[in-house]
Amino acid sequence: MSVLTNFSSLFLSAFGTTLKLFAFSAVGSLILGTFLAMLRVSPVPVFRAAATTYVGMLRNTPLTLVFFFFTFAYPLLKILKLDPDPTAIVALTLYTSAFVCEVVRSGINTVPVGQAEASRALGLTFSQMLASVVLPQALRAVVPPLVSTMIALLKNTTVAAGFSVQDAGSISYSLSEAGADTLVGLGWVAFFFVLLVIPLTLLQRSLEKRWSVAR
Amino acid sequence: MSSVLFDVPGPRARFRHRVLAVVGVLGVVGLLGFIVYRFADSGQFEPRLWEWLQYETIQIGLIEGLLNTLKAFALGAVLAMVFGAFFAAGRLSEHAIFRGPSSVVVEFFRAVPLLIMMFTFYYGLPQVGVKMTPFTVVVLSLMLYNGSVLAEIFRAGIKSLPKGQTEAAYALGMRKTQVMVLVLLPQALRSMMPTIISQLVVLLKDTALGFIITYEELLYYARFIGSQGQFGRPLVPITIIVGAMYITMCLLLTLLANYLEKRNRRNKKVQTAVPVEDIAPAGATTGA
Repeated sequence: MSVLTNFSSLFLSAFGTTLKLFAFSAVGSLILGTFLAMLRVSPVPVFRAAATTYVGMLRNTPLTLVFFFFTFAYPLLKILKLDPDPTAIVALTLYTSAFVCEVVRSGINTVPVGQAEASRALGLTFSQMLASVVLPQALRAVVPPLVSTMIALLKNTTVAAGFSVQDAGSISYSLSEAGADTLVGLGWVAFFFVLLVIPLTLLQRSLEKRWSVAR
Repeated sequence: MSSVLFDVPGPRARFRHRVLAVVGVLGVVGLLGFIVYRFADSGQFEPRLWEWLQYETIQIGLIEGLLNTLKAFALGAVLAMVFGAFFAAGRLSEHAIFRGPSSVVVEFFRAVPLLIMMFTFYYGLPQVGVKMTPFTVVVLSLMLYNGSVLAEIFRAGIKSLPKGQTEAAYALGMRKTQVMVLVLLPQALRSMMPTIISQLVVLLKDTALGFIITYEELLYYARFIGSQGQFGRPLVPITIIVGAMYITMCLLLTLLANYLEKRNRRNKKVQTAVPVEDIAPAGATTGA
């Protein structure tokens, strides 16, 4: 307990950074991932191929390597200078968007073809069909796995600690510099993560249960 | 590709698609061109940055790094499977004494980030006198995290089987272990195989976290090469090479998963097509 009270400001700022990384990369990856999913289901082969290549590459690369690239190699290309925090957000966003894309795409594919055909037969326009027939049904299949992806993202933010971001993963570094008990400190970090993850897990399970019955 | 969303295109839609295709090609070419331009402009194509690849010691070093990655992956995968099977059995147990603790263990290790686990073993435990090599830490953490995820996969696989399978097996007079080993597991394993393999891909990617706790795997060696002034600090080339290695390894595993899934689907067809012949001799032997 003394570790937590003595270093409360450290814990607060570190978990604040973690939540900031999470929030920005969650929004970013949802937008980018949905955009990629649009490309992947589009009728234009070039768009599909581009998005497929992107997803295939990013999904099969370790997140650590993405961070490695953006921390060490990217600055050498002299495109746009980024601080450690934005670098982490970019890496997390690019990595997670590939997974979001897959979730959204497979969600759209769960909607039976007949639904779209029927709405076309009724004379709905493309946007009407998307908004009132396909997307409401796809959403049921998309949201529960999307919550899982977001849980993974929340846990993945800790990787940034290995690349000089002062987030929750870096608490152990600061504690050992101050000569405090790292084991207890890390125990608290783990505890807080469990505390953050469990509500999300419960949300995901209840959504899955409710919507799998409704389908 | 037939998609849910689009009708077969008519002449106007085909024209629109062609225009969009041109835009798409221009976009992709533009992006690639920009990347190549940045590479050329920042001098990444200089021969000095790539020449080191010809040195034998460096090639051997890269292979050693790769082997260390694979070593952690192999041991981690085997241990995670064992861990997963053990705790899945615990969570499926009829006794609350086994079910409760296994659930707590599985949920806990799934919720804690892998890197925090590694830090705890590597920086935390030495304070109470438990020192471990980075390799042990990586393997142990991979086992705990991926084992817990695998436990959930195993459990879901067993649970997804029709209840009649268990009931029929009990009705035949099988014991609990027999029901599990002879009836449930063979069926569940087949349907779980693709999911298990994609979790193994995750495990393989997670070995790269060992870099942060100085396990001498592929990325660690990449960092070492990238800091060599005599080769002009080839961080960009080495990242590309290591990335290609990881992507190849993961794609090979994914291909295996896809192959198994395809074979799986074929098998199911066979199963539904010829069940009568399968059942008849079995019934005959039990009758005799």
